[in-house]
Amino acid sequence: METSFALTGKGYVIIAADTTAARSIVKMKVDEDKIKELGTHLLMAYSGEPGDTVQFAEYVERNIRLYQIRNLYPLRPPAAASWIRRSLAQSLRSRNPYSVNLLLGGYDQAENKPNLYWIDYLGSVVEVPFAAHGYGSYFALSLLDRYHDPEAPLEEGLATLKRCLDEVAKRLVVSPSKYMVKVVDKDGVREVEI
Amino acid sequence: MSRSYDRALTVFSPDGHLFQVEYALEAVRKGTCAVGVRGKSVAVLGVEKKSVLQLQDPRTVRKVVMLDDHVCLAFAGLTADGRVLIDKARVECQSHRLTVEDPVTIEYITRHIAGIQQKYTQSGGVRPFGISTLIIGFDPHDTRPRLYQTEPSGIYSAWKASTSCIANAIGRSSKTVREFLEKNYKEDMTREESIKLTVKSLLEVVQTGAKNIEISVMESYGKVTNLELSEIEAIVAEIEREKEADAERKRSRLAATAAGQAAMATRADAGQSSGQ
Repeated sequence: METSFALTGKGYVIIAADTTAARSIVKMKVDEDKIKELGTHLLMAYSGEPGDTVQFAEYVERNIRLYQIRNLYPLRPPAAASWIRRSLAQSLRSRNPYSVNLLLGGYDQAENKPNLYWIDYLGSVVEVPFAAHGYGSYFALSLLDRYHDPEAPLEEGLATLKRCLDEVAKRLVVSPSKYMVKVVDKDGVREVEI
Repeated sequence: MSRSYDRALTVFSPDGHLFQVEYALEAVRKGTCAVGVRGKSVAVLGVEKKSVLQLQDPRTVRKVVMLDDHVCLAFAGLTADGRVLIDKARVECQSHRLTVEDPVTIEYITRHIAGIQQKYTQSGGVRPFGISTLIIGFDPHDTRPRLYQTEPSGIYSAWKASTSCIANAIGRSSKTVREFLEKNYKEDMTREESIKLTVKSLLEVVQTGAKNIEISVMESYGKVTNLELSEIEAIVAEIEREKEADAERKRSRLAATAAGQAAMATRADAGQSSGQ
């Protein structure tokens, strides 16, 4: 089942999302990228109702880009999180709301620190040191409580993430087979192998 | 009675004019000069910057703007009108990406902008945009630079090198610059040649030199640089030197012919006197 994780560390945010596109009990695809690069220093993992997710993610992507072109500087992660939350809250109160859950990770170049936001389809936003969506969260959050260190270097952060993925693989009945992992830090966003 | 054809925009004058649209063109002519040049693999935009007041922040006055990663626009005319039109164009650029997952082509966005401008010549309760625009850029997956121009009437056209409007109160018009470009434009210019031609043509109407010139260069898809003042100063200095050398050559040639004529005259005089 759809699962995504994210955690912060010393000057970075790691975001991981499974790569399965499923319909009912059938896997349609196993290399779907569910982490959108919204800017040079902003990542967003999305999960939820198929169709809604991509539609909403692209809508966010274009609006964030438009902001940057209009103002010559990008939205910082806290501002982006607020904008996305508001969009979801408005959508929730419309005739057909998006049912999309998000993890928004970014590196704030003004304050030189990583930011991570947990956002759900009801329009909640919480700034957190680590976060997860989907069934995986039931297994991963306790592990992250135990092992997460906000001052850990990237290798350690990736090792903690690996623990979560392994635990989900071990205990979840319908665990995803593959994950895509992306990191954002002062140098921007990049994909890493795990 | 011609006054009554000025009132409502959507009314033709008996001889087929839309006066408001023509007045909009006049506003463009009163604006500052903008020049666009297309080289072999480069497109250059140059504008005349009005000097800002001493306490004004020059960074907040922009005449060349990005519409998307690969589209750059310069305008001449009413700055406030420009801002509105630019915003509409920027939204369209992102909207186009959202609907077809592709960046706009330069012709598409030009047509869109010209379309908006045309709409404002045919609807009630509005006035036309008092601006002409020059749009440069590269189409996606293409290496050829593009240069387009739009006018308040909604006309748009592709160019090799173009200028919008004119400059300053002295009344030298964009015609001066256009004629200059027509005389000096060459096919397949390099980056340096293109920039130099742009600066040179701007110098035709900008008296105050480098500090009132702004140059943007697009070298390939999404690669845009704004030249620093020092770089523009260097180019202006080079042009000045060339002009100086030219004038010097001309002077010496004139002097030589004058001397030649004088020599001939004295010889003739001598001949005459000896003949007597």
